[in-house]
Amino acid sequence: MDNREDRKLIRAENLTKIYQMGEVKVVALRDVSFQVQGGDFLAVMGPSGSGKSTLMNIIGCLDRPTSGQYLLEETDVSKLDKKQLAYTRNKKIGFVFQMFNLLPRTTALENVELPLLYSNVPAKKRRRLAEESLALVGLAGRKMHYTHQLSGGERQRVAIARALVNSPSIILADEPTGNVDSHSGAEIMEIFKRLNNEKRITIILVTHDLEISKFAKKIILFRDGEIVKRKNI
Amino acid sequence: MNPLKTVQVALKALNKNKMRSFLTMLGIIVGVLAVVAMVSIGQGASVSIQERISQLGSNLLFVRPGSTHRGGVHGGWGSRTTLKPEDAEAIAEECPSVEMVSPEVSTRTQVVYKNQNWNTSITGNGADILAIRGWRMEAGSFFRKGDVRGSAKFCVLGKSVVENLFSDINPMGEIIRIKQIPFTVLGVLAERGQAGGFFDQDDVILVPYTTAQKRLLGIQHIHSIVVSAVNAESMSSAEREISELLRRRHELADYEEDDFNIRNMADIQEAVTETAGTMTILLAGIASVSLLVGGIGIMNIMLVSVTERIREIGIRMSIGARERDILMQFLVEAVVLSLTGGLIGIIAGIVGSRVISSIAGWPTMVSAASIGLAFAFSAAVGIFFGFYPARKASKLNPIEALRYE
Repeated sequence: MDNREDRKLIRAENLTKIYQMGEVKVVALRDVSFQVQGGDFLAVMGPSGSGKSTLMNIIGCLDRPTSGQYLLEETDVSKLDKKQLAYTRNKKIGFVFQMFNLLPRTTALENVELPLLYSNVPAKKRRRLAEESLALVGLAGRKMHYTHQLSGGERQRVAIARALVNSPSIILADEPTGNVDSHSGAEIMEIFKRLNNEKRITIILVTHDLEISKFAKKIILFRDGEIVKRKNI
Repeated sequence: MNPLKTVQVALKALNKNKMRSFLTMLGIIVGVLAVVAMVSIGQGASVSIQERISQLGSNLLFVRPGSTHRGGVHGGWGSRTTLKPEDAEAIAEECPSVEMVSPEVSTRTQVVYKNQNWNTSITGNGADILAIRGWRMEAGSFFRKGDVRGSAKFCVLGKSVVENLFSDINPMGEIIRIKQIPFTVLGVLAERGQAGGFFDQDDVILVPYTTAQKRLLGIQHIHSIVVSAVNAESMSSAEREISELLRRRHELADYEEDDFNIRNMADIQEAVTETAGTMTILLAGIASVSLLVGGIGIMNIMLVSVTERIREIGIRMSIGARERDILMQFLVEAVVLSLTGGLIGIIAGIVGSRVISSIAGWPTMVSAASIGLAFAFSAAVGIFFGFYPARKASKLNPIEALRYE
């Protein structure tokens, strides 16, 4: 689970994203450039519509920029086909969503195993890795619980365990504490902090909450599709 | 994801919602059940006909008026009046390959015993018909040549007629009315069962053909002549002799067609089997419509399922599922549904045809081929109707899918 700190994990250059909404052209990202190193803990902030979600989608290989370059571990993502993008999402990126996005009627363990299913990991190894991942977030005892039997905070922790299970290069978290109570929210941020400090896992977090952003080591502020401020904490 | 895993994932997803899965399968179950049951009835009929016919003498010929005319056993008695009883006598006397003959006429009418009535088939025969056909009597006796000459009002009943007119009463010596005319019951035929499940051979009354001509039908001609050849080998010579004789008697010029046709058992068997076969296909075709409907049902439910699981598809894509993984997942779900439904339908169809056998008395036969075909069809229906929804699912945009409420 380690990331090499000297290698530039992400290199984004002049990223631009334009949507066509009927007659109107919406410029979601305008010439955005930045870099992320292994071991970074980055908070992306800004008002809604500022482009931070669009950026996350591009970094997460769910979407392609209209122009510009996105290099993930020195690989040009724009050159990848759909199959390779899926592979990248599976192995290199771990998502944590605001709405948890766990599969319903499924146990915590099965949820965490899901990415391993898509990378053809055999059953025994899958189980072991999933259990380890759940242990990392403190939910070893709840592994057989179904999604609906878990609290909001627990669900998010399962989502984090799922994001970690394939030993990705980055964790992308979109408002991870937005749907949980403040106590659970603090727990979750502690987990992120621990993962970043102890395991050197790179984390990119989107939030509009100033308190949450204080857990990060760097902040990027977005407005109207552009980066207006960068800060190291 | 490897194929086995895909099947397991699909099974799990279907298992989560057992009720809906079952309701979706219902169309296929009913369709396959119907097809299997129909085909088994049809095949049972064919086999039973063939068995019965091969049991009967292989030395029988049937002479009918009118030129070659395709039809089943029930089929037309010919609207021609060219065949006469004297033709039958001539055949018996002048054709060396012929052993016995029996002129035949038939009709359907109401018969009455006291206050019971029953609509049945009346066949007028010669006295030799029992020997020619190899039929047996269960009780009493058959009418004799003297009775035929004298147009006696005697009758011999089939078992089904006895059951329906007399119930438990002994019919021997009783008087029944056929077309208001009183006939005395001489005997009862031994049971012959159902020919091919389509008509009851015991639902018949035999009377002397002369009586039938004069009293029941008011005609001079006859409908057919049943002929037994001396042995199986002399069939073709018998056919030839009869043909020559009749052409002579009917004064047909060389260029004129026969005004009669001669059929042997094999011809009849072929015609009947063909009819049964056609009916089987027809029945199966109708039953297949419900299979089609079942397939449409699967497609609809899969479409609904895809729509309900848009979010889930987005999640799977975000953690690394490829388009192909999603396509295969939903396609396999559809096929598992249709195959499981097919399996249940096959079992239910087999049980159903056994039930039909015991209740209606129709013979049924389930062949391995029909089971295999039903199975293959279910799979095909699943693949065909499951493909469109599966494709739709795989082509979803992950970002939009994740945003879907």
